[in-house]
Amino acid sequence: MTHPLYDKLPVYLLMAAFLLVIGIYGLVRRRTLIGMLISGELIFSAASLNLMAFNRFTVQDPAVGQIFVLFIMGLAAAEVAIALSVMLAVYRNYQSVTTKDLTDLKG
Amino acid sequence: MKDSFNTTLILNGIFFLALATTSVGALIAAWSTRLIRSVCGLAICCLGLSGLYYFLHSPFLALMEILIYIGAVCVTIVFAVMLVEPDEPASGEKRASALEWGGAMLVMTAGLFWALSRLALSPAWKEAEEQGSGSIRAIGIHLLTTYSMAFELISLALLVAIVGALAVARSGRTKP
Repeated sequence: MTHPLYDKLPVYLLMAAFLLVIGIYGLVRRRTLIGMLISGELIFSAASLNLMAFNRFTVQDPAVGQIFVLFIMGLAAAEVAIALSVMLAVYRNYQSVTTKDLTDLKG
Repeated sequence: MKDSFNTTLILNGIFFLALATTSVGALIAAWSTRLIRSVCGLAICCLGLSGLYYFLHSPFLALMEILIYIGAVCVTIVFAVMLVEPDEPASGEKRASALEWGGAMLVMTAGLFWALSRLALSPAWKEAEEQGSGSIRAIGIHLLTTYSMAFELISLALLVAIVGALAVARSGRTKP
């Protein structure tokens, strides 16, 4: 009896790799701060999925990885709150969140 | 025998649906030029991810993914989109340079994906012989014993984040 597809480790690892790659592409190519933040969230999700996959298949006590991913989610929520308030402050000063306009230090 | 075959078929179907939802959501999130669509893509991606978590024997995290990511993170980003200028401007980049940089990024990310998939498909990953249950009960016990310090610290981090966000967003506002 072979394992069905949803019971195999590499499928989840490939999915996580795909999410990471998409996130990095978006992080470099997006032109607004909010778009970059969304891509960052994709990278967070990739990390969480990776941890959960290894946690399900290779670890003795599967509760530990779930707690770890729970903490990742909490930190991601905190990070989003901070980042968005910074964006609001930036918008108030520059009237824009486009990365091209935020070049005060550029000579 | 026929029955178990059918069950496997249905489970496989739901699994592929979760995979497809995740990838399509991620693609929308990274590629669409309107930010509100991008946020919706993130929400779709998180929905698919929660399905994957369910398949990884973790209904608790599946619920938390929906609750935290779709319910809190995406809604917060939607508020930010409403408060600031919503759309990405048309790129001032020249077409050739956009193609060049986009192509370079595509090659780089494809290389990264290739390397990671080599790693994922390598036979080195050994499955654990016997596993604990990983039930919600076990998670609760861990959270209140072994990881109680981290649990308290994360609540502290969230508190600091809330206060910090209020302080940063408030400064520079004129009094009515």
